[in-house]
Amino acid sequence: MPNYVRLLPPLSCLLLASCSGWQSALNAHGTSAVNLKQLIILIVALCSLVWMLVMVALIGALWRRRPERILPTELDPRRERRMSSAVIAATIAMTAVIGGFTVASFFTTRALGVAGPDDLTVKVGGSQWWWNIEYLNPQSDKSFRTANEIHIPVGRNVRFQLEGDDVIHSFWVPSLAGKQDLIPGRSNELTIRAEHAGIYRGQCAEFCGLQHAHMAFLVIAEPQETFANWVETQRQHADDPPDEERAAGRDAFIAKACASCHTIRGTSASARPVPISHMSAAANTLLLACSKPPVARSRPGSPIRKH
Amino acid sequence: MTDSVLEPKTRDNELDRPLLEAALTETWKTPSGFWNTLSTVDHKIIGKRYIFTAFVFLALGGILAGLMRVQLAQPEARLLSADRYNQIFTMHGANMMFLFAVPVMEAVAIYLVPLMVGTRNIAFPRLNAFSYWIYLAGGLLLWIAFALDMGPDVGWFAYVPLSGPQYGAGKRADIWAQMITFTELSALAVSVELVVTIFKQRAPGMSLDRIPLFAWAMLVTSFLVIMAMPAIMVASTSLILDRLVGTHLFNPVEGGDALLWQHLFWFFGHPEVYIIFLPAAGMVSTILPTFTGRPVFGYLALVMALVATGVLSFGLWVHHMFVTGLPRLGASFFTASSTAIAIPAGIQIFCWLATLWDGKPVFKTPLLFVIGFIVTFVIGGLTGVMVASVPLDTQVHDTYFVVAHFHYVLVGGAVFPLLGAIYYWLPKITGRMMSERLGRWVFGLIFTGFNLTFFPMHILGLEGMPRRIYTYQPDLPWHGLNVFVSASSLVLIAGFLLFFFEAIRSARQGLPAGPNPWNAPTLEWATSSPPPSYNFPRLPVVNGLYPLWEQPTELFVAGGLRVDRRELVVTSMAAAEPEAREASPRNSIWPLWAALATTVTLIWSIFSPWAVVWGPIPVAITLIGWFWPKGTPEDES
Amino acid sequence: MKERVAVDLSRLPLHGMGRASVTWWGTASFMLIEGTGFALVVAVYIYLMSLAPTWPIDVPPPDLLPGTIVTLILIVSLVPNYLTTRWAERQDLRKVRIGMVVMSLFGIAPLIVRIFEFPALRVSWDTNAYGSIVWILLGLHTTHIITDLVDTFVLAALMFSRHGQNRRRFGDVEDNTMYWNFVVATWIPIYGCIYWIPRL
Repeated sequence: MPNYVRLLPPLSCLLLASCSGWQSALNAHGTSAVNLKQLIILIVALCSLVWMLVMVALIGALWRRRPERILPTELDPRRERRMSSAVIAATIAMTAVIGGFTVASFFTTRALGVAGPDDLTVKVGGSQWWWNIEYLNPQSDKSFRTANEIHIPVGRNVRFQLEGDDVIHSFWVPSLAGKQDLIPGRSNELTIRAEHAGIYRGQCAEFCGLQHAHMAFLVIAEPQETFANWVETQRQHADDPPDEERAAGRDAFIAKACASCHTIRGTSASARPVPISHMSAAANTLLLACSKPPVARSRPGSPIRKH
Repeated sequence: MTDSVLEPKTRDNELDRPLLEAALTETWKTPSGFWNTLSTVDHKIIGKRYIFTAFVFLALGGILAGLMRVQLAQPEARLLSADRYNQIFTMHGANMMFLFAVPVMEAVAIYLVPLMVGTRNIAFPRLNAFSYWIYLAGGLLLWIAFALDMGPDVGWFAYVPLSGPQYGAGKRADIWAQMITFTELSALAVSVELVVTIFKQRAPGMSLDRIPLFAWAMLVTSFLVIMAMPAIMVASTSLILDRLVGTHLFNPVEGGDALLWQHLFWFFGHPEVYIIFLPAAGMVSTILPTFTGRPVFGYLALVMALVATGVLSFGLWVHHMFVTGLPRLGASFFTASSTAIAIPAGIQIFCWLATLWDGKPVFKTPLLFVIGFIVTFVIGGLTGVMVASVPLDTQVHDTYFVVAHFHYVLVGGAVFPLLGAIYYWLPKITGRMMSERLGRWVFGLIFTGFNLTFFPMHILGLEGMPRRIYTYQPDLPWHGLNVFVSASSLVLIAGFLLFFFEAIRSARQGLPAGPNPWNAPTLEWATSSPPPSYNFPRLPVVNGLYPLWEQPTELFVAGGLRVDRRELVVTSMAAAEPEAREASPRNSIWPLWAALATTVTLIWSIFSPWAVVWGPIPVAITLIGWFWPKGTPEDES
Repeated sequence: MKERVAVDLSRLPLHGMGRASVTWWGTASFMLIEGTGFALVVAVYIYLMSLAPTWPIDVPPPDLLPGTIVTLILIVSLVPNYLTTRWAERQDLRKVRIGMVVMSLFGIAPLIVRIFEFPALRVSWDTNAYGSIVWILLGLHTTHIITDLVDTFVLAALMFSRHGQNRRRFGDVEDNTMYWNFVVATWIPIYGCIYWIPRL
C-alpha cells in the first residue's frame, strides 16, 4: 500500500501552515520566483522613491510663496531659464533610472534558467477546465497521466511543455515561477526548479470560458526518493477493491456516467479526460478540478461513496 | 437666392452688432421641433449629445463594476453565476473602452475644438451628425444584447479561439465584433473632421506655434485613431468572417494563427490607450494656465512630447503578449520601447510641475482634479514601467496588479482630467456655474474612493489573484483585501453620484457664468456662454498663444464674410493665412437616414453574409440624397 | 468686448480648389485610413506565409491571366483619369462630361474581369488560411473599386445636370480622379502579393 495515508498527518500540517501563501509571488520557493521577487522588491522601492520625489515637488509647487505677477503673459527670462534647466535635469535623471531598470530587467530575463533536453520533461495540456499532465517516458508503458496535480523533485530543473488543447490557457504557479500561455497550434516551454519541498498552488491565468475561476492545480515538490516512489506508484494500476462494498462501488462507477469522463487505470473506466487513478488526499480535499463536484474519492484504501 | 433691387447688406462688416447677430442667427440656427433636432449639424448640439450619452454609458459601466465588487467581496459567492459574471466583466471593459473613454474625449473635442480654433462649425458637419447616430446604434446594440442575455462573454479583448467559431457559442462574439465596427466607424469619422478642422479652419494668424495644446492633443489623437483603428477593423471583420462564412485566419489547424488575433488587436489596443490619454493631457495643459495665471511652461516640449508619445505608441503592442512564448530577444525590444514612452510622459509632468511652481495656484475644482491627476497618474505610469519588464510581467500579467495599473492610468490619467475639464467647461456649455463647495466634495470622494479601491489590487495581484475570475476559494488569503476594496468602491460610487447630481442641477439652476468666468486666455471664452449657433459674430484673428490675455480689452476680428449663407474661412496649414471662404452645410436629415441604413446592414450581417450584398443599396441611396446639391446659397461658388 | 476688424476676407473666392478645399483634405484622410487598412492586410498575408511550411498551402498559385488583365486595365485608365483632372482644373464642362463617362466605363471593366479573377485564385476562402487571406485581399480591393465607381456614376450624373457648371463640382471631380489614382496605386502591391509572392 502506498505511503500516502501515513504521510497525511504531516502533510496537512504543512498544508495548513503554507495555506495562505501557497499561490503568491511574494512567497517565493522556486529559483525563478526568487529572482523575480528580488526584481519586484527593487523596482517597487525605486518607484516609491520616484513617486515621493514627485510629490515633494508638487507640494512645494503648491505651497511656496511667490511674487505677484501683474500680467499673465509677463515672464521673467531668468526664471524661465532656471526652470528649463530643472526640467532638463529631471528628464535626464528619469531617463537614467528608466535605462537602469531596463538593463536590470534584461539581466533578470537571462537569469531565468532554461532547462536542457536531459532534464525531466512534463507535458502539460490545457483543456476547458482542467490540466492534463503527462509524464513521458521513451518506454510508453512507463508513461502516465495525472489531472491537476504535478509532482516534481526538489532542486532539479523540470521542463514543462505547454500545449493548448482547445482555447488559450496560462500555466501559473507564482510561488515557483512566472506564467506561460498554452496556445493551440503552438508549443511553449517553461522551466521550474523548486528550491524547497512543499505544496504550491497554481491557477489558470488566461480567461478560458465558463469555469476559468476553478481551473486550479497543485505542484508538489518533494525529495528525489519520495518523487521516485510516487512515479512508481503512478505507473501501477489502481488496486482491486479489497471488500464487497468497495467492489460494488467500483461496479457502480463503471456502469454509470462517471467512467465517461474519469479514468481509473486497470479498470474499464478509460475515457481520456481527467484521470483519477491515484487522487491524492491533497487534491481531493482542496481542489475543485471541474465544475462537477468531486464524486469518487478513489484514494487507494478508502471506500468509494455509493450513489 | 437672388439679391433684391435694394441690395440688402449681406456682409458682416456692413451690419452693426444687433442686426449682425440677428442675421447670423437666422442663417445658422437649429429651429425647434422634432425633425429639426434630428437634422441639426451644429457641432455644439451634437457635442452635447455625445457628452451626455458617453456619461450615461459611464454610469451603466459603473453599475456593472458595483455588481462585480459585491460578488467578489465574499469567496465562493453565488450572487452572480459564472456566465452572468463573465458577461458583466466583458461588458464593463468593452463599454468603458469603446462606449465611454474614447467617445467622451471625442465629444469634448467636437464641442470645443471649433471654438478654440476660432471657426463657426466643425469640418464635415453632416458626417459629424452621422457619426453620433452610428455611435448610439453601436451602444444600443451592445446593451440590448446584454439585456437579452446575448451579451459578449469573452473578455473585452475577445481572444481566439475562445471567441472563435468552435468555442464561442451563439452570436455573442459577433455582437461584440460588430459593436466594434460601429464605434470605430464613428471614431474614424470624427478624427477626419478634427484633422481637417485643425489643419484648415483655424483663425487667421493662428500659426502652428499658436495652436492651443488641447487642439494639438486632438490632432495627434486623431492621427492615432486613423492609423490604429484599421487594425481592429481588420481583426473584428476577420473574426466575423471566421465565425460566419468559414474563413480560417485564426484556425491553427488550417494555417491560421491564434496569436494573429493578439497582434492585430494590440496593434490597435496600445495606441487606443493613448487615444484616451492624450486628450486628457491636452485638457491638463489648458486648465493649468487658467488656474496658475501664467502660460503653460514648455509649449514646444509639450507639443513634441504629444507627437513623440503618439509615434512611440505604435511600437509597444507586444508588451501585451509577453507570456505567449515569443522569442526573448524580440520581447526585450518591446521592454525597451515600453519604458521609453515614459520619457515624453515624464517631460509633460515636469513641464506641468514647473507651471505650478512658477504660477499662482487658484484652488478651484478644475485644479483640484489636475492635482489628483498628477498624484494618481504618476503611480499608474510607474507600475506601467514595472509591467513593461518581461520577467516581472510573467508574475503580474493577467492578475489584479494589471487591473490596478490600468485603472490608475485610465482613471487617474484620463477621468480625473475629464472631470476637471467638465468643471472648467460646463459653464461655457450651459451658461451656468457649478457649485465650488460640492465640487470639493466630489473631488474628495472620488480621489479617496478611487485610491482605496484600486491600490490594494496591486497587493492582491502579487499575492496570486488572477483576473476575470467570478469567485475564489476561502483558503486563499484574498478575502480581507477584497472586502476592503468592495467597501471602498462605495465611496467612489458616492462621489460619482454626487457629480452627476450636481452637473444636472447646475445646468438648470447654477449662477449665470458670463462669457469668461475664469479669466481664461483661449478663444472659446471670447464668446457668450453658451455660445450662439454661429460661435462668433465675426471670426477672431490671433497673433499669440493666449489671445484673451494678450488683447484683454479689444479682440481682433476678420470681416467680410456673408451672413445670408453659412460661411467660414479656410486658412493655410502652417501660417493660417486666409485662402478661401468655405460654405458650411445646412441642417440635413440625410445623415440620420444613412446611419439607419448602415445600422441595418451591419446588424443584419451578424446573421447573414447576404447583408453585405443587399444592405449597401439603401446605404448608397441615402448617401446620394446626402450629397446631391440642394440649390442652397451654400452651393454657390 | 470691443472688436477691431484687422483682416478683410471679402475678396476671397467662395470655394477653394485643391489643398485650399476641405474636401481635398477629407479625401486625403480617407486615403490614409484605407491605405493603412490595406497595408495591414498585406502584413497579415506575409505573417501567415511566414508561419506556413509551404505557401500557398496545398494549392497551386493563382492563375495569372485575369489578374494581369485587371492590372493592365487599371494602368491604362490612368490616362483618361489624368486628362479628366486637367479638364476639371480648367473647368471645361464638355470635356469633363466626356471624361466622367469614360472613367465610369473604366470602372466597370475591371469589375467584369474580376468575376473571372476570383475563381482563378484556385482556392476557396474556407479551404485554409491562405485561401481566406487572398479572398479578403481581393474582396477588399473589389469593394474599393465598387464604392469609387458609385461615386463616379453619381458625379457623372451631376455633371450632366443643372448643378454641373459650378466650381464646386469641378473640385469634386478633382477629388474623384485623385481617389482613382489611389485605387490603382493600392492595387499594385496587392497584385504583387496575390500573384507574385507565391511564385518567388
